[in-house]
Amino acid sequence: MKRLEKKHPLAIRWLHWINFPLLIVMIWSGLLIYWSNDVYRLGLGDFTLFKFFPQSFYKALHVPFRLAEGMAYHFFFMWLFAVNGLLYVLYTILSGEWRYLVPDRRSLREAIQVTLHELHLSKHKPPQSKYNGAQKLAYTTVVLMGAGSLLTGLAIYKPVQFAWLTALLGGYEWARWEHFWLTIGYVLFFVVHVAQVVHAGWNNFRAMITGFAVVKTEPPAGETPAVESLTEEVAR
Amino acid sequence: MNEKQNPLNESEKMSAPDAESGEQATHNSPRVPGERAPDAPDTELNVLWPSALSPDETTPATDAREEKTEAAGACEEARRETLPESRRSFLVGAAAALAGFGAWRWLKTSAADADSIPWPLRRAHEFNERLARGYFSTSRLAPTFPRHLARMPRTNGDIGLDVEDFAPAEWRLEVVSLMDGAKDEIAPSLSLTLADIKTLPRVEEVTELKCIEGWSQVVHWAGARFADFAATYQLATRSGEPLDVENKAADLVRYVSLETPDGVYYVGLDIESALHPQTLLCYEMDGQPLTPAHGAPLRLYVPVKYGIKSIKRIGRITFTDQRPFDYWADRGYDWYSGH
Repeated sequence: MKRLEKKHPLAIRWLHWINFPLLIVMIWSGLLIYWSNDVYRLGLGDFTLFKFFPQSFYKALHVPFRLAEGMAYHFFFMWLFAVNGLLYVLYTILSGEWRYLVPDRRSLREAIQVTLHELHLSKHKPPQSKYNGAQKLAYTTVVLMGAGSLLTGLAIYKPVQFAWLTALLGGYEWARWEHFWLTIGYVLFFVVHVAQVVHAGWNNFRAMITGFAVVKTEPPAGETPAVESLTEEVAR
Repeated sequence: MNEKQNPLNESEKMSAPDAESGEQATHNSPRVPGERAPDAPDTELNVLWPSALSPDETTPATDAREEKTEAAGACEEARRETLPESRRSFLVGAAAALAGFGAWRWLKTSAADADSIPWPLRRAHEFNERLARGYFSTSRLAPTFPRHLARMPRTNGDIGLDVEDFAPAEWRLEVVSLMDGAKDEIAPSLSLTLADIKTLPRVEEVTELKCIEGWSQVVHWAGARFADFAATYQLATRSGEPLDVENKAADLVRYVSLETPDGVYYVGLDIESALHPQTLLCYEMDGQPLTPAHGAPLRLYVPVKYGIKSIKRIGRITFTDQRPFDYWADRGYDWYSGH
């Protein structure tokens, strides 16, 4: 059966799309800040696989010598980013949407099955609700990462007034390191997310804008959307 | 809901408004039981992660007959008929995106302050400063470290540290008090030598120097508490009574300005940060007298600020109620820069 179904509530759609440019601005301004002490890398000992970031990358994005500007944008948009994120969490809790998002004990196995299925390594596709196991894990993780960014950010923003927090995170330098890698995490999430959205197609993407999607399902009892009811009615 | 279940006037377009969503779904093609509908183009309708609203729903086996009657065509129709709704969402989205982009353009191009960042960003710095100062307490101390972790930090700034026209032997610390609306350009009220500063209780601490660039270094400092200096010479209170930052803030002069002897580098501090118990007039680092590059003969160390505020080679200190200029704030940085 195919029918139209409400998929994403209005609030989720707005908060999702508002978060998108906010996160971009936070990452961009963070990059302007990071440039002036760009010490992180992927590597072991003397071997460096990848340095964050190559000069060509900075040049291409006009990053150098914009620390003051980066900090100014970062400490302005941090409020919008934080408030938007808090509203999202509040909404999911109050509306009950969290039930679709928070993983349960089956989610990990389901996530592995879904991933294998999508990589065409397995024909088995586990049944799912609004989100599959992989999505639940990813979407919940990215929200926790958001909380992590706020906390590690506060720890390096006010390391004396919130010295307990900074200490909890391993000290000032570790907090900065964590703040950086969480950002790399967002970028990886973003790449996979966009690839999945492209792969999932128009119907899925449109649902995040309009709220409804065409879905293959049996309508729950008592709720018979138009298309479905028509066929049933005639069938009877 | 009932409307939707109305029998159909087969050939007539019928819309079924959904009370909840306001969406419309329409059916306008005849459906006959058992009729085989062409399969819906899966690429179009496929949802990678198809959804059902009930989380524990285990999609019941669809009746084979219904499967056959399932009309992909109807679905296509419904999809087409939701276009107004869909279009509205996209238009609202596009308008919101445009508005966001406009706001961004406005922000980027809004007239810069004299100090080179757009004024809304400067206001944000000031808003953050008010919050931070409201929360600030001199009883919250910067973490201290074991001495073996301490190293000399890199010498990052040399602004105001010209060697040619500086004679260390003739150096004096000039101290000015401008509180209560006193005018500028008055004679220094105090002229102190390093020996004078060294008569104040000597304090050692091993704390982290945090550069605004993002690096940090544990450093072993020694010097006199700025608060002891201010108390001894009665520089920070209007009444002349002992300092009490936490309880008698109104009695305090509001700011401290520090500058190099040539006036090229200058720093502004809120009074509570200057009077923080770990803020030092520092004359030794790593157990050695200051080197010229680190600000000999006397520098400041403020643990509750980025390193830009820990001015080297202090020439003049001014206690004032006017918010002092600050070298890096004049170049787009946060004036407060507080931790």
